[in-house]
Amino acid sequence: MQDIFKIICDDELERRWIWISLAMAVIMGGLLGVLAVTNNLHPPSNVETIDSSRLHLSEEFAEDNLGVKENSDGSLTVTMVAARYGFFPPVIEVPTDTMVKFRVASADVLHGMHVPNTNATTMIVPGYISEVTTAFPTAGKYAFLCNEYCGLGHDSMWSRLMVVPKAEFSLEVPEPEEAETEEAEEDVGDDLL
Amino acid sequence: MSQTKAAGLGLAHMWVAFASFAVAALLGLYQTIERIDLIPGLKSPELYFGSVSTHGVLMGFVLTTFFAVGFGYYIATTSLKQEVWNKPLAWFGFALKLTGVLLAAAPLLTGNASVLYTFYPPLMAHPTFYFGATLLVVGSWVWCLQMVMMLGVWKKANPGETVPLAMYGTVANAILWFITSLGVASEVLFQLIPWSLGIVETVDVGLARTLFSWTLHAIVYFWLIPAYIVLYTLVPRAAGGFIFSDHMGRLAFIMLLVFSVPIGLHHLYMDPFQAAGWKFLHMTGTFMVAVPTMLTGFTVIASMEVAGRLRGGKGLLGWISALPWGNPLVLAAGLALLMLTFGGFGGMINASYSMNAMVHNTQWVTGHFHLIFAGTTVIMYFAAAYYLWPKMTGNALYSTKLAVIQLWFWFIGMLVLTLPWHQLGMAGQPRRISSTPYDEELVQAWLPAEAAMIVGGVILFASALMLVVNLLKTHGNSQPVDNLEVEYAEPLHSTQRMPQLMNSFGFWVVLIVVYMVASYGYPIIQFFLMDTYGTVPWSI
Repeated sequence: MQDIFKIICDDELERRWIWISLAMAVIMGGLLGVLAVTNNLHPPSNVETIDSSRLHLSEEFAEDNLGVKENSDGSLTVTMVAARYGFFPPVIEVPTDTMVKFRVASADVLHGMHVPNTNATTMIVPGYISEVTTAFPTAGKYAFLCNEYCGLGHDSMWSRLMVVPKAEFSLEVPEPEEAETEEAEEDVGDDLL
Repeated sequence: MSQTKAAGLGLAHMWVAFASFAVAALLGLYQTIERIDLIPGLKSPELYFGSVSTHGVLMGFVLTTFFAVGFGYYIATTSLKQEVWNKPLAWFGFALKLTGVLLAAAPLLTGNASVLYTFYPPLMAHPTFYFGATLLVVGSWVWCLQMVMMLGVWKKANPGETVPLAMYGTVANAILWFITSLGVASEVLFQLIPWSLGIVETVDVGLARTLFSWTLHAIVYFWLIPAYIVLYTLVPRAAGGFIFSDHMGRLAFIMLLVFSVPIGLHHLYMDPFQAAGWKFLHMTGTFMVAVPTMLTGFTVIASMEVAGRLRGGKGLLGWISALPWGNPLVLAAGLALLMLTFGGFGGMINASYSMNAMVHNTQWVTGHFHLIFAGTTVIMYFAAAYYLWPKMTGNALYSTKLAVIQLWFWFIGMLVLTLPWHQLGMAGQPRRISSTPYDEELVQAWLPAEAAMIVGGVILFASALMLVVNLLKTHGNSQPVDNLEVEYAEPLHSTQRMPQLMNSFGFWVVLIVVYMVASYGYPIIQFFLMDTYGTVPWSI
C-alpha cells in the first residue's frame, strides 16, 4: 500500500515519525475515551441554571436544606452554597466508600472547590448548578479549598470535609463532646502524615 | 534593499515587548517571595493580586502581541524582500496598541483591575481596563490585515512561486490570531463593556467563559508560532546546516491553524454549563494539536543533526557536541526543546478528559504554562532578539557571552521555578493564592517546594536584567555589525513542486469555519435557548 504522506514528504524516516505522532495522539485520546465509557469517568458537566441572587428563595439551596442527605439507593447528596468567603455548611461529614454527589451553587462570584488528594473538584459558576460525584476511599480530615480566584479574601475561603469509616457514619450525629472530637482529629492527622 | 525592511517598526514593537517583560519579571520575583508568607510585612492581597493581574497582562498580552507583530513585520519584509503594505497604517496600529496598554495600565497599577488576565466576570474591573484590552486587540488586527495583503501582493508579482516558509508561518499566525481573538473580542464588546458602563445590568458568566475559551487555547499558539518560525528558518542556518524538511514546517503551521481554535472547551473541563460530550469532542482535537508540535521537534532536531554532521560530528550522538553551542540561536533552540518536552508531558495530563480533575486550578497548571510559554516560547524570543537587534539597529551585539549566560540562567531558573510547582500542584496547592492559611499538615508538605520557587524567581530576574542590559548596550553600540541580512535556512529537499494546498490558505480557512461551527455552534447557542440568569457586578 502506498503511504499517503508520500505526496508531501520524501523522507522515509520522517513519514514514519508522522505515523508515530498520529498513533500516539489517537491511542491517548482513545484510551481516555474507553475509560470514560467503561469506568463512567467524566468531568463534572452538569447543565442546569439557577438565579444566584435568589438562592435563599430556591427550595434546594435555601439555608435549611443545605447539608448531607441520603438517597433511596444508599448514596448521599451534599447540597452546598459557595459565597465569599466560605462554603456552607462549613463542616461536611461523609462515610468512606459511598458515592457522594455534591450539588453546589454560588451566591455571588466564580468559585472552585477542590479537596486535595481526592477527585472532588469542580468549578462553581454563578447562574449554574455544579454537580460532581465521587467516593472517598480513605477516612480522614480533609481541607475543602476554594481553588478559583474570587476576590481579595480568596486565600481564606476554605472549609472542612470529614470522611469517617462507613461503619461509624450516621446521619443523625449527636453533638459530640469536646474532648472526644479533639482526640479523633489527632488520630486522623497521624493517618494523613 | 534596506529601505524595504521594517527595522523601525520591528524595533519599536519589540522594545515595548521587552520593556513590559522587564516590569513583569520584577513583579514575578515579588510574587514568589510574597506567596510563601516568609516576610510578614510583605503580606498584602491587594498588592499581590494587583501584581498577578499586571504580570499576566504584561507577559501574556503585551510582550507577546508586540513581539509577534514586530517580528512579523520584520520577517515579512526580509523574507519577501518587499515593503510593508501600508506603513502609515502599520504605525497607526502600533499607536492603537500602545494607547490600549497605557489605558489598561492605569486601573491595573492602582488596583482597580485585579481581575487577573482572564477577566473573571462577575468580578468587575474599571471600564478603562476593558477599553485598553480592546484597543490592543484591534491594533493587532491591523497587522493581520497587513500580513495577508503583503502575501497577496507578493503572489501577484511571483505567480506560481513557493512562499518562503518564514512568511507562510507568519501569515498562518496572522489568520490564526484574527480568528481566535474574535472570541475574547465578542466577550469584551458585547458583554463586559456594556455591563461595566451600566448599560446592561447583568452578565451571563457561562457565555462569557465559553467565549473566552474560544480565545484561550489558540492564543498560546499565536505566542508560540514566532518561536517555531525561528526554530525552522533561523536556527538551522545558525547551526551551519539546512531545514530537514520545509514541507513538514508547512504541515505543522497548517495543523496548528486548523486544530488550535476549535478545542478551547478543554479549559472548561471542570465547569458546569457545558455537557460532557462537547468536552470530549474538544479533547480529541486537543490531542491532534500535539501532533504538529511532535513534528516540529523531529524536524528541528533532524536539522540540527544535519548541521552537526556537516561540522564533522560522528557517531550516534557525536553531532550534538559538534554544534556551535556558543551561538545564542542554537543554544536557545536546544534549551527550548528540553523545556517543551517537560511542559508537553504536563500538558498531556491537563488535556486529559478525566485526569485533568487531579490538577485543575492547582499550581501544576502554573508550572505547565510557565514551562511552555515563559520557557520554550520566550527563550526563543530572546534568541530572536539577539539575532535581530544587530540587523535592525546596524550595531554589533554588545556581548554574545552575556547572551549565552543569560539563556542558561533562564533555563535553570525556569526549571527551579516550575518543577516544584508541578509537585505543589499534585500536593493540592491551588494556583492564584497570596498566602496559605490552611491545615498545618497540608502546608508543611508544601514548604520545601515553596522555598525552591523563590530561588527560581531570583535566577529568572537576574536573567531578565542581563537581557535588557545587553539589548540596551547593543542599541547604543558604536561598533557596526558585519552582516545586515537576515539569513534564512535553505531546505534540504527542493520546494519547487509545492502542492497548492501547502502554499495557500483559502481551503484551510473554510475548513476552520466549518470546524468552529461544529465544535462551538451549539455550546454558544445553548445560552440563548436555556433560561439563563445573569449575574450582577461584584467588586474585588
